[in-house]
Amino acid sequence: MADVKKMATREGYGKALVELGKDHDDIVVLDADLAGSTKTGMFAKVYPDRHFNCGIAEADMMCVAAGLASTGLVPFASSFAMFASGRAYEQIRNSIGYPELNVKIGASHGGMSVGEDGASHQCCEDFALMRSIPGMVVICPADGVEAEAATKAAYAHKGPVYLRMGRLAVPVFHEEGFTFQIGKGEVMRDGSDIAIIANGLMVYEAIQAADALEKLGIHPRIINMSTIKPLDEELVLKAAKECGKVITCEEHSIIGGLGEAVCSFLSEHYPVPVRRIGVNDQFGFSGPAAEVLKAFGLCAEHIVEVTLEFLGK
Amino acid sequence: MTSQEKKQLQVTACKVRMGIIESTHAAKCGHPGGSLSAADLFTYLYFRELRVDPANPQWADRDRFVLSKGHCAPGLYAALAHRGFFPVADLVQLRKVGSYLQGHPNMNSVPGVDMSTGSLGQGISAACGMALAAKVKKQDYRVYTLLGDGEIQEGQVWEACMFASHYHLDNLCVIIDNNGLQIDGDVAKVMSPYPIDTKLEAFGFHVRTIDGHDLDAIEEALNEARTIQGKPCAIVMRTVKGKGVSFMENEAGWHGVAPNDAQYEQAMTELKAALAALEGM
Ligand SMILES: Cc1ncc(C[n+]2csc(CCOP(=O)(O)OP(=O)(O)O)c2C)c(N)n1
Ligand SMILES: [Mg+2]
Repeated sequence: MADVKKMATREGYGKALVELGKDHDDIVVLDADLAGSTKTGMFAKVYPDRHFNCGIAEADMMCVAAGLASTGLVPFASSFAMFASGRAYEQIRNSIGYPELNVKIGASHGGMSVGEDGASHQCCEDFALMRSIPGMVVICPADGVEAEAATKAAYAHKGPVYLRMGRLAVPVFHEEGFTFQIGKGEVMRDGSDIAIIANGLMVYEAIQAADALEKLGIHPRIINMSTIKPLDEELVLKAAKECGKVITCEEHSIIGGLGEAVCSFLSEHYPVPVRRIGVNDQFGFSGPAAEVLKAFGLCAEHIVEVTLEFLGK
Repeated sequence: MTSQEKKQLQVTACKVRMGIIESTHAAKCGHPGGSLSAADLFTYLYFRELRVDPANPQWADRDRFVLSKGHCAPGLYAALAHRGFFPVADLVQLRKVGSYLQGHPNMNSVPGVDMSTGSLGQGISAACGMALAAKVKKQDYRVYTLLGDGEIQEGQVWEACMFASHYHLDNLCVIIDNNGLQIDGDVAKVMSPYPIDTKLEAFGFHVRTIDGHDLDAIEEALNEARTIQGKPCAIVMRTVKGKGVSFMENEAGWHGVAPNDAQYEQAMTELKAALAALEGM
């Protein structure tokens, strides 16, 4: 595993912004005193005239972005997931969502993998908040390459997009040059004993879990569901029909995220038993990311355990 | 402005006030108080100040107006209608099911509305974004935004003020309708925003305090704002909430209540008399 290339999804976001900036002079980037962390600083270096620090004022930043978008510019507004989706929820809802403005929200440091900063920064509620806004696209890429592609897809999409990225460098398993399609899940591993639908850094964990399960003769289907909204219902339905049981995995509360999106869809269209792996209605705590993730069961070992129990093995 | 031009504006302002009364009466709800206190400003902006074209409301080079105190939509709609953005006859559709005249301004449904507002404290930030966009795109349009004196209790307003000043948005003019009242009463008693002028100055604004019902004063302040370079401008206008309808004046109770039939008759009688007096002048 030592030779696996690692890259944080926020890094892919920063790279994509720089590339987009080259061809599109309608892109403007906003940050709230976190440009180094969210990686919009990479854009600021190349295009200082199109990067605007708003200071520690996320509410203002989101509405400034709305104003910029109203004139045809395409703003990417960045902060940590906690403050982008949490502090500025109502600004996003009323000044971006309701007027359907073309604002892209680049939220980094989502989930428990923030690690040492602890609960105040470990946002596991953002999918729920953002999914609830009509018209909002919600994406959580699984690796740096996918994040880069997703950022470009977000630019090409007309309308508000919430992109959730992570702090942690995670293994890259997408090929360079990968094209992202909003609303399309990706089958990473085919199998029909059980479907494991994951997003963000849980996709790699699910793939690791699949390796372990295959050794036990169990063949799971692994799906990377990076777009939480709109959900790739067709792929979920097919997985439910062909596998019979579904596990969802996300670095987010089991309330309101991917798991709930999958459950809502299946319960109305094709009810099958589901297990949701995620944060069980709890706040996080400080510690190295890997240890914190493990403590919350956000790891391959736990996926294997849940799968075995679920299949009665 | 000549006395003839001024009289014409006063006539229009009176018609805008009638539009506020007619529309809120028809809707049986809405916000007459703050709409009436800003009626003279709405009129001046749309009939003398803003570079807009009712035939082309999306014109890229137009001046922008953001009604940050979105609840005063009846005043904005009446001014837009009289300026020709949509039929005056539609004003009575305010707040009705299926109407494009939503209770609070919707930029996608109402011709001439530049930003959807209603949640206090947000419009000023959007106005900053529009003003910044003009700088980025090297366009010469100006951006105006109107806030309530209660609204400025919102912390975001001061974030936006910092932003406007930091980015030298001299194409931005922030107007505060200082009518002294908010829903629960006197702003000074609810949560005093005073002193407003020196606060804004401390945030880097060029500030003027005027009588918001004096069209000459409005003209002078807006003309001066256009000459200020390198910093945003603010105009604090002292006004009377409910201005023009005797029983609504300075009454917090008329913030968000529509006149009933009898009150409607009385209000319209007063406004018609004011109009007749102006036209007889
Ligand atoms: C964020 C937010 N909080 C509360 C309200 C409810 N509200 C509507 S109008 C108003 C009072 C506004 O007072 P002021 O700003 O002085 O307006 P004006 O007197 O000009 O009508 C309140 C609290 C709102 N629209 N938005
Ligand atoms: Mg007031």
